[in-house]
Amino acid sequence: MSDSLVDGIVELIKKAETELPKDVIQALRKAKKIEDGIALTQIDTILQNIDLAKKKKRPMCQDTGIQTFFVNIGINYPKIKELKEIIIKGVKKATGEIPIRPNTVDPFTGKNHQDNTGDHIPYITWNFIDGSDVFITAFPKGGGSENMSKLGMLKPGVGIEGFKDFVVDEVIKTGGQPCPPTVVGVGIGGGADLSLKLGKIALLRPVGSRNKDKNIAEIELELISRINKGGKGPMGLGGKTTVLDVHIEKAHRHPASLPVGIVIQCWANRRAKMVIHCDGSWEVE
Amino acid sequence: MEYNLQIPVSKEEIKKLHVGDILYISGTVFTARDEAHKIMLETDVKNIPFKPKDMALFHCGPLMKKEGEKWQVVSAGPTTSSRMEIFEDEFISKFGTNLIIGKGGMGKKTLESLKKYHGVYTSYTGGAGALAAERIYEVESVHWLEELGMPEAVWVFKVKNFGPLVVSMDSHGKSIYS
Repeated sequence: MSDSLVDGIVELIKKAETELPKDVIQALRKAKKIEDGIALTQIDTILQNIDLAKKKKRPMCQDTGIQTFFVNIGINYPKIKELKEIIIKGVKKATGEIPIRPNTVDPFTGKNHQDNTGDHIPYITWNFIDGSDVFITAFPKGGGSENMSKLGMLKPGVGIEGFKDFVVDEVIKTGGQPCPPTVVGVGIGGGADLSLKLGKIALLRPVGSRNKDKNIAEIELELISRINKGGKGPMGLGGKTTVLDVHIEKAHRHPASLPVGIVIQCWANRRAKMVIHCDGSWEVE
Repeated sequence: MEYNLQIPVSKEEIKKLHVGDILYISGTVFTARDEAHKIMLETDVKNIPFKPKDMALFHCGPLMKKEGEKWQVVSAGPTTSSRMEIFEDEFISKFGTNLIIGKGGMGKKTLESLKKYHGVYTSYTGGAGALAAERIYEVESVHWLEELGMPEAVWVFKVKNFGPLVVSMDSHGKSIYS
C-alpha cells in the first residue's frame, strides 16, 4: 500500500479541519458587516478562531466530526481495490498526527474505538466516473449540527408552499443548537434515505452558489430570507444571520410521498478536496 | 456591561449579572458532558476527586494531545448544552455550580435552578475551539479518562480571560433563548 497516498489522506483531513473554504469565510465577513451587538461579538470570535486555526494548524473546532468522504473514482484508476483501505489508514494516522478527536463510539457498548474508524466509518460515498483520476472531498461532520437533521414525510397535498414552511419552521426551531450561522442542505423527493442523502450532498456546494434550475434557485433565496427574518442569529443569541445559505437538491418522488430531508452544517462548513492521478501523484486543494 | 470575573464567583457578583452581559473569566473550570454528569450524580460529593464548587462548569469535550507525560489542549469549544438539561437542576443543587459555560441554551428546569441557587448560564461561541484553547494555560487533572474516553472525561483546566461569554440565562429568571 502506498504510504504517500496515506499521507495524502492525512493532508486532506488536516486541510479540512484547519482551514475553511474561501466561500465560507467571505460569507462570514459579509455577515460581520450587517451585524451589531452580541451578534457581532459572535461573528468576530468565529473569524478570530478561523485565523488562529489556520495560523497554528490546529483544528478550528474540538468536534472534528465523523470522517466523511465523497469519492469520484475513475474506473481506470489502477489502485481501485486499495483505495478504501488507504482512506481508512489515513483516518487512523490523522487521529494521532493532526490530531483529531477520537469520535467513533459503539452504540451498544459505548466503547470509543479511539481511531475514528469503526463499523461503516469513515463514511465513504463512491461514484464511478470515466478516466483514471480520483477526486475526493473530505467533509468532516460535527455532531451538534448533525443532531438537528430532520426528515419530513410530508403529504404531497401540502405542495411546494407546505415544503417551504416545513423547512423554515424546522430550521428556526433549532435555535442556537447547530452553531449558526449555518448552511442548510435540503433534499426533496426520492425516498426517506435519499432525501437526507441529497440534503448532505447539497452541503458540498460552495456557499453563494445557486441551484441550476432557476425556479429552485429562487426558492433557495426565499428560504434564506425567511429563515433570517426569524431573527435567531449567530449562535441563537439574536441577529440577522441565522443561515449563510440554503441549498436544495431534488429527486423524483413517488406519487404518494413528499420526502424532505434537512441536513444542517454549522458555520464550520469544512470541505477540502484532493485529486489522485493514475501515477500515484496527488494534490490537496 | 462587560465584566472580568475571578472563579469562584460570589453570590453578590452573580446577582449583578443580567442577560446580555459579557464576561471574561479567570480561574479553574471543569468539563462535563452527558456521561460525566451521570457519573458525578451517582458519586458521593466527598468522593469526587476535585472541588466542583470552586470551579465553573464547562459543557465541553475537548481535543487533547499528550506530549510526554503532560496533556495539552488542542481545541476546546463548547458542546450543545441542551443534552445536559435532564441532569442540570440536580447537578446545580448537588455541587453548588453557579457558572455554566455552554452553547445553544438550556431549558426551564435549569432556569429555575439558576434562580433558586443563584447561578448563571453563559454562552461561548460554538466551534471557536482553537481560540478557547489559547486561553487555557494549564491542564490540572483528568478524571474517568479510562472509562469515558477523551471527549466525555472530566478535564480540569486553568483559564485566563476566557471569553467572550454572553450571559444568556441569569439568576433573575431571564433567558435570551425564550
